[in-house]
Amino acid sequence: MTEIPEHLLKRSQEAKAKADGDPAPSTDAGGSSDDDGETIPRSLLEQSQQGGAPAAAGGGVATIAPPAMAGPSGNTHRLLTVVKSGSIQDVKATPGDKVHVWPHLLAAEFTAALFITAFALVFSLFINAPLLELANHNATPNPSKAPWYFLGLQELLTMFDPMIAGVTIPGIVLVLLGFAPYIDRNPSNAPEDRKFAISIQTIHLMFWAVLVIIGSFFRGQGFNFTYPWDTGLHGIFHL
Amino acid sequence: MANSIEKSKQSLPEKLQQGATAAADWMQDSQFWTSVFRPGSIFRKGYTDSPRNRSYVIMNSVLYHLHPVKVKRHAVKVSYTLCLGGLSFFLFILLTVTGIFLMFFYRPTAAAAWSDIESLHTQVSFGLLVRNLHRWTAHLMVLSVFLHMARVFYHGAYKAPREFNWVVGVMLLKLTLLLSFTGYLLPWDQLSLWAVTVGTNMMGFTPVFGDQVRFVLLGGKQIGAETLLRWYVLHVLMLPFVLVIFLAIHFWRVRKDGGISGPL
Repeated sequence: MTEIPEHLLKRSQEAKAKADGDPAPSTDAGGSSDDDGETIPRSLLEQSQQGGAPAAAGGGVATIAPPAMAGPSGNTHRLLTVVKSGSIQDVKATPGDKVHVWPHLLAAEFTAALFITAFALVFSLFINAPLLELANHNATPNPSKAPWYFLGLQELLTMFDPMIAGVTIPGIVLVLLGFAPYIDRNPSNAPEDRKFAISIQTIHLMFWAVLVIIGSFFRGQGFNFTYPWDTGLHGIFHL
Repeated sequence: MANSIEKSKQSLPEKLQQGATAAADWMQDSQFWTSVFRPGSIFRKGYTDSPRNRSYVIMNSVLYHLHPVKVKRHAVKVSYTLCLGGLSFFLFILLTVTGIFLMFFYRPTAAAAWSDIESLHTQVSFGLLVRNLHRWTAHLMVLSVFLHMARVFYHGAYKAPREFNWVVGVMLLKLTLLLSFTGYLLPWDQLSLWAVTVGTNMMGFTPVFGDQVRFVLLGGKQIGAETLLRWYVLHVLMLPFVLVIFLAIHFWRVRKDGGISGPL
């Protein structure tokens, strides 16, 4: 149930009161008494008689004096009433603190794109993508490693049964991650209100980061533990 | 005579500049130009920086599909987003461009794949450079998508009304990993073969359907020529296709859910 704005409630009360026969208690006395009567303020009448004379003479329809502010071509308009937007529709869009996407956002995006392109280009000029010997089913390299982002899983496989390391743990993680918004019912996004969620996620991300780093740099021949400064990264780590 | 000397005193750069200005004016006035660039475009003649034109730059261009005319002031703060989502998308575009280039020189068969890459290095202009770009931006994309996810989590940006967009984002993370993994096999060297062997062996442990899925993906009991073709099609066509659909939903939802989250 949406909340009914206060001014609408008030208006309906006034209308009810009017229907019952009582004159509505007008709170906005100044504005309504100005608009109510058919009379035109004397000052405006005088103005129009001077400025809008041709229109009044030519048009047979204009029995009462033409209103003020005759346009340059003789058009006349009369302001009957001002309907405030809030009175007949609930305006949801309140003017917030907004900036134009061009140039403020596009310039930042363009700059970021340029930087990443420059970085990738320079990196690619100096460091070549690996291409080892032709694939050979009969020569298993030692160690054999998955791509770096799966090395956490491969690392888990050294500790647990494949059913747990390869299926259960990643399965639970992916389900929890995907449904995080429906599990975390805390409506606040202020860090001080989210200590548990932030802690859990940090532990989770560090868990994978540490496993990936161990799998990448600290596993040598036979996927045994080694120090990269002892054996070097050659043959141990590929990107 | 004196007059012509006077005229020739005008230096060559000045003449060139005058000519260039005249040519630019002529071009910007042409029907072709005004039909390409809609009113408010910064490439139109006489573009001035005004609030109206700033709105038109977005509203009257294809960018309107991606961006609204205005965003919340904090949404343009680089310190809030670190540009990670945008960079992930940009890296995807770079990968598409470099990937299309590589497709011209690569045949996904066990007999040709490796030697095609080898000759790409040595016989194709910029072949090695473009392959390097493709490889490194792929790793960068995995990294930036992952960091984007972390950033969104730490800002609590997955909370209502953005729950579903988080789910779409997790799908995009998985698709990114799959795209990277399928691409890993294509060079058909020892690194590809054995990295993918290790990776797909893990898949086989999945209960009930693990072996069947593995069989379908590999096109056999172990990695072979069929695997290469399948993963090539997955890598260059199917996964990018699915990813683009999810991207469209992701970007659309960002706007429908009221722009990016925050400020904290």
